[in-house]
Amino acid sequence: MAPAGDHDSARDREWSALMAAAQNGDRAAYERLLREILPFLRALAARQHRTPDRVEDVVQDVLLTVHRVRHTYDPGRPIGPWLAAIARRRSIDALRRRGRTEVAEVADERAYETFADPRAKEEMEARERAGDLGPAIASLPRGQREALELLKLRQLSLAEASRASGKSVASLKVSVHRAIRALRAQLKGDKR
Amino acid sequence: MSDATDRLIERLSAEAGPVHRLPPPARRAMLWLLAVAVLAAIVIAVFSDLGVFARRARDPQLALDMIATLLTGIAAVIAAFELSLPDRAPAWMLLPLPPLAAWIATSGYGCYRHWISFGPDGWELGESTHCFRFILAVSLPLGVSLMVVLRRARPLAPVRVAAIGGLGVAAIAAFLLQFFHPFDVTLLDLSVHIVAIAIVIAVASLWARWSERREARP
Repeated sequence: MAPAGDHDSARDREWSALMAAAQNGDRAAYERLLREILPFLRALAARQHRTPDRVEDVVQDVLLTVHRVRHTYDPGRPIGPWLAAIARRRSIDALRRRGRTEVAEVADERAYETFADPRAKEEMEARERAGDLGPAIASLPRGQREALELLKLRQLSLAEASRASGKSVASLKVSVHRAIRALRAQLKGDKR
Repeated sequence: MSDATDRLIERLSAEAGPVHRLPPPARRAMLWLLAVAVLAAIVIAVFSDLGVFARRARDPQLALDMIATLLTGIAAVIAAFELSLPDRAPAWMLLPLPPLAAWIATSGYGCYRHWISFGPDGWELGESTHCFRFILAVSLPLGVSLMVVLRRARPLAPVRVAAIGGLGVAAIAAFLLQFFHPFDVTLLDLSVHIVAIAIVIAVASLWARWSERREARP
């Protein structure tokens, strides 16, 4: 990107003179140049990098490269395109590095909201479900609730449950079937 | 300003001594090509049979082929020097393409003509293994010396520079080969030349990539 306009070309001439002096060993001119080009480099880096940290990383990389290749600058040519070419190259390198890092790492925001051990999560969810189940069972008609308790919670056989409740096996089967259907409907309704 | 950037600028300015400015790339390219020309002239004068070469060189097709080969080499070397600097247009990559196309066309035509006059023998292996070894053996010292000179610019895209430089030295080697190649090029010979050139370009690029990664390692 070549600086445009009178202001930019005056700036380019000034930077070019500073770099020529720096090539001859003028450290003060070099330090001034590096400080003056910072906003230009930041603006270039910000085109490809969003966060200020990354922009600053690229700018530092560009400064190191400028330092390493400062003998390749020809004071007879504009310095803007020379700096911009270095900035573009380092910006792309940073994007590539970032790409490689992101391929190797996984960012999962939900990972912080759940449990590291899946069993812990299942237990937690089972408890939550049990919490819903208690009131649901309590709301069943007495016959259905009794059948459910005997057959499912206390896990008696149909014959034992029949003896304990004094009801027929057929009647218990119907009661427990209706109880489960009612619970299922009720819990589904809660979830919605 | 970030503190780290501020400290970096202080450090860089403190250690910034005077540097030797690189001469313009065209001049550097010409100096390298001149040095190669002097060495090549000595080797040709001492080792090649110039009488045989003079008889073969009367064939305009061979003359065209050699001119195109040499121009490819020169153009690729100039492009490599230009591209080794940060602010030169990537379009320099295209510079060797026209002579390269002419070189492939004249060689291909030569093979075709050879095939027409000799029939199926045109497919025979001429002295292909000799050509293959010649191109690789000449490209190696030329390539190493070119890379050493190009690296003075610390290219930002070293692989691209090495690939185009590799084409340059391989083309120069193929040009020099004609002085030690007392027969027409068969199709198979041409394929062998192309494979040898591809190997030189691949080796130069891989070497550049390897050295780039090594430098990037903290």
